[in-house]
Amino acid sequence: MKGMTLIVKTIARLISGLIFLYGIYIVLHGHLTPGGGFAGGIIIAGAFVLLILSEGSKKASSEIKKQRASVGESSGIFIFWLLAMLGLFTGSLFFLNLLPKGKAYHLFSAGIIPLCNIGIGLEVGAALFAIFITLAVLKTGEKK
Amino acid sequence: MNLIPLFIALPLGAAFLLPILRYRNFDKQKTGQANPAVILGKWSKRTPDIVANLINLTLLVLSLMVINRGMLVYKMGGWEPFKGIPIGIYLVLDGLSVLMLLIINSIGFLAALYSVNYMEKYTDKTRYYTLFLLLIAGMNGVVLSGDMFNLFVFLEVAAIASYALVAFGTEAEELEAAFKYQVMGTVASGFILLGIALLYSFSGTLNMADIARIINQQGIQGTVLFVGALFIMGFGLKAAIMPFHAWLPDAHPSAPAPVSAMLSGVLIKAIGVYALVRILFNVLGLGETKSILYILMVLGIISMVAGALLALGQRDFKRLLAYSSISQIGYIVFAFGLGTPLGFLGGLFHLLNHATFKSLLFLNSGAIVYATENRDLEKMGGLLERMPVTGTTATIASMSIAGVPPLSGFWSKLIIIMAAIQAEQFIFALIAVLISIITLAYYLKVQRLAFFGKLGQAWKKTKEVPGLMCASMIILSLLCLGLGILLLPGIKSMILDPAVEVLKNGAQYANLILGE
Repeated sequence: MKGMTLIVKTIARLISGLIFLYGIYIVLHGHLTPGGGFAGGIIIAGAFVLLILSEGSKKASSEIKKQRASVGESSGIFIFWLLAMLGLFTGSLFFLNLLPKGKAYHLFSAGIIPLCNIGIGLEVGAALFAIFITLAVLKTGEKK
Repeated sequence: MNLIPLFIALPLGAAFLLPILRYRNFDKQKTGQANPAVILGKWSKRTPDIVANLINLTLLVLSLMVINRGMLVYKMGGWEPFKGIPIGIYLVLDGLSVLMLLIINSIGFLAALYSVNYMEKYTDKTRYYTLFLLLIAGMNGVVLSGDMFNLFVFLEVAAIASYALVAFGTEAEELEAAFKYQVMGTVASGFILLGIALLYSFSGTLNMADIARIINQQGIQGTVLFVGALFIMGFGLKAAIMPFHAWLPDAHPSAPAPVSAMLSGVLIKAIGVYALVRILFNVLGLGETKSILYILMVLGIISMVAGALLALGQRDFKRLLAYSSISQIGYIVFAFGLGTPLGFLGGLFHLLNHATFKSLLFLNSGAIVYATENRDLEKMGGLLERMPVTGTTATIASMSIAGVPPLSGFWSKLIIIMAAIQAEQFIFALIAVLISIITLAYYLKVQRLAFFGKLGQAWKKTKEVPGLMCASMIILSLLCLGLGILLLPGIKSMILDPAVEVLKNGAQYANLILGE
């Protein structure tokens, strides 16, 4: 696929940055407002998917991008796992919330929960992107 | 530090770590230089082998450490019960879980050891071990979970990993088998989820002990029986009991041999039989409901008979083993259906024994495929001469599964038949004996066609498989020879008796966990 017209491409480029930022906002405020790692991660993936849809799947279908998405996904879930294990090693409880809780309704509060949300956001965003890329690669693979 | 979460956390962590480690390797291949963003150690071709085997060894050691520790309840995140009502997620380690953990992690370790050489034929070892570790994490989670919904989540983790593992070869046959398996598996999960939802609406809780307590108080009503039926369908599909077995003869032979060993040896028991008896007997408290027990018994007998008769006619070695799995699962379910302590003992012991000899047989079939690229029994012949280790271990496993004394399979079948006679199910006991003879018949057929007789022209240059594969087959065959000692009084009271105790206690499970 070659992608869409110049108008669509330009608008998609302009908007995808905003969508990306909004995804990050949702992830970071997961413990304060509705949403969180999962919802934010999907919005982040949406920003990339929008770019690929407008630019065409040729740009997306490199093996290295798939690898990077796969590593991003694994890193996200690995961060989550490390946080859980930290609780086990320091406080002898899996998933112990070991950081100070802070004041309610502040961005830096709720202990490890924002960090967990970041991990989940990375995982979900990268995984969804990886799935999308894999489907795009499969499509071009058939044509050969 | 509490050991219980490690059973789930360790394999999960390793599964997440492996793809990160692999990235550096990939970049080096493509661009000729290492990716500076990755600070983790130097990659070598052996890294996934080493990581996966170390993790599996650790898990095996951990599961040996928890033997005879009594009952341990682990409250996730430190959420204490509120006014006696549990609010957090519980992990429960009791006798039955210990037995299952031992089976899962020992067979898992040996299968991973076997994979080191065997999986060289396939392209992507990292991905294989990632899925393999997820499978183990899921099964460990199922046997440890004390919460219905978590049990379902872990069951899905294990099941989805197994769908991908069945399709690992990505040939047409494997993809078809995996698709069939996935459809059937999803139907099963649907039944299970529906059952859990009904149970939740009935009791208002998802904690297994709490559900058991509420059912104790309210008595067994229609809802509970209906949920029991749903679980028999759902977990029966996962365990491949006869009317729900159609996916197994396709899925298990198509997977790579160590995965077949895990699926047939462990998975159908951990997410099928274990989950079924745990929920029916401990949670729903149906251990004394005659109708449910009778259903289990009849389903067991049907799969026992039909599995064995279908296995007789197979030419494909792995397919024969798959039908034999259905037949042996029939024995196990039948034994549980008797509902007596001796029946539980026989069922659990046969479950353990079947895990060892069936995984050994699948590893043997894998060794033959590795050496000769052939699964058709009719084309084999005289392989004992060229592959002494494979041949000898396969003979031991065949004799054990057919119930030749003094091998392990004999003792467990003896207990099952004794239990059937004790429960005055004489006809079923007779059928069990007859099927045991048919089992012997089709394993003798395997022996004659594959290992004895004249060596085929094509196999004159066949070599024995590499050392690690032999090592894991030899360890398993020693287990087949020696597991009978588990019935000696001192050892029996450490491993088998606590597990039988859990099932015998039935709905007392609630009081033990909630501590009333």
